[in-house]
Amino acid sequence: MRKELRLSGSGGQGVITAAIILAQAAVDEGKEAVQSQSYGPEARGGASKSEVILSDAPIYHPHVRQPDVVLAMTQKAADKYYKDLHPDGLLILDEQLVPNPPAFAHTIRIPITKLAVEKAGRKLFANIVALGALVHLTGIVQFDSIKKAVANRVPPHTVDQNMKALQLGWDAVSP
Amino acid sequence: MSKARLMQGNEACAEGAIAAGVNFFAGYPITPSTEIAETMARLLPKTGGKFVQMEDEIASMGAILGASLAGAKVMDATSGPGFSLKQELIGYAACAEIPCVLVDVQRVGPSTGQPTSPSQADVMQARWGTHGDHAILALSPWSVRETFDLTVKAVNYAERFRTPVILLMDEVVGHLREKVELPDQVEVYPRRQPKCTRAEGYEPFTPDEDLVPNVADFGTGYHIHVTGLIHDDTGFPSGSPAVTEASIRRLHEKIARAKDILLTEESFLDDAEYAVVSYGGAARTAYEVVAEARRQGKKVGMLRLKTIWPFPDEAVAALASRVKGILVCELNYGQMVGEVRRAAAGRCAVELCGKYNMQTFEPQEITHALTAFMAGGKA
Repeated sequence: MRKELRLSGSGGQGVITAAIILAQAAVDEGKEAVQSQSYGPEARGGASKSEVILSDAPIYHPHVRQPDVVLAMTQKAADKYYKDLHPDGLLILDEQLVPNPPAFAHTIRIPITKLAVEKAGRKLFANIVALGALVHLTGIVQFDSIKKAVANRVPPHTVDQNMKALQLGWDAVSP
Repeated sequence: MSKARLMQGNEACAEGAIAAGVNFFAGYPITPSTEIAETMARLLPKTGGKFVQMEDEIASMGAILGASLAGAKVMDATSGPGFSLKQELIGYAACAEIPCVLVDVQRVGPSTGQPTSPSQADVMQARWGTHGDHAILALSPWSVRETFDLTVKAVNYAERFRTPVILLMDEVVGHLREKVELPDQVEVYPRRQPKCTRAEGYEPFTPDEDLVPNVADFGTGYHIHVTGLIHDDTGFPSGSPAVTEASIRRLHEKIARAKDILLTEESFLDDAEYAVVSYGGAARTAYEVVAEARRQGKKVGMLRLKTIWPFPDEAVAALASRVKGILVCELNYGQMVGEVRRAAAGRCAVELCGKYNMQTFEPQEITHALTAFMAGGKA
């Protein structure tokens, strides 16, 4: 088992945090996991990309070669990163922020940021909404594992809202 | 062993430092090293240590040297631009024999370069960044766990040889998170202590059998003078040609004679006809390529250098005598490849597979270079 995931968007959307949480959940399940990231010098607004590789065996080359899953939270990220997706892979898009979806067979459009704003209360929770959807669609880790990893990572006073955001994402899709 | 957890390379560096007894860290933040300072700021107060964020890179290096002389085990972390600024004080620590660890999480240079992007282009700066004849110790980890282990070793070597030790990390490993289990305890080299009293004729810079002096810590009742001028055993400056020659020779010899510090790792080399030499984050991709080549029946092996300086001449020379060619994979325009050529001394072909465009190696890039090299062409 080796799965390669790329979470992409712009700085401030929390794709790096989401990737760390996903890798943590996998480690909690006993899997090998590496998480890496690349971003520009800007704190907000620049391109942001994070990669997670999960495996049963030790992972040497730490970067994604051909992703099985791409999450894109901006049009720019979608246009750039869908290209090397595995043909059987999955492209997950923020429906509003990626108005022109690339032509890829297995594309799922979810109103990620809209759900975060309208149902979870803040745009800030978009990354956790995305994580809920991604985990439900891929089954890459157990729902309980991701819940625990989110709860351990976010500021204590936001745990309830984050749990809600995770559930919103989970409920927004059916695998 | 404690429980497996997800940890970043920079965090593992800080954890290793604490495990090895570091109790003073002065620093100035710079990408991609900042998480080391952040983690030290979080951990040190809990372990009775002190964290200071200084006004700049030079001051932070000065602060750790002062603290070390007062008995603390010390570390500082930076990246290329800060590494440049600290060079004068690295030389001071080498001359005055002050134990200290400086972490350089390399990024793309020269100058401000590409602050968030990986590179391994400070290899030669680690060796020769400060002026004058001096020995240096530099270690380069390839994984999060090894970052912990080599930080422990760096602290121990600094104490054992009373010398600055460079932990030469790179952005690939510094920012990588992976699953690790850390040991509950590590072997710690204690601060060297004077073996006699002042009345018995103690002189702080008289070398012990291993050529390293047992300099007393400030505040322990001994009178110590510390200077960056060449000094005799009393610690006071000397204008003598004989003292100068002996001093410079000893600063080299105390490290050169220790063969146990030349850490390398061999993979698939038994019947290898070609070898890859690599280190740090680049070695992860090189290893994947070599392992895949082996699966395809190609007689390829790998020598990974954990100790960068002193350069493991004998290991590379021995490798060069048994293979047809060595391909050096590094994220720069070609730095360590020169050392490999020097050590190989014409025994086999040596080629560079270098990359310096902000990005890490893709496995296929090394595969192509290796295939071309093995076919007799240029890498």
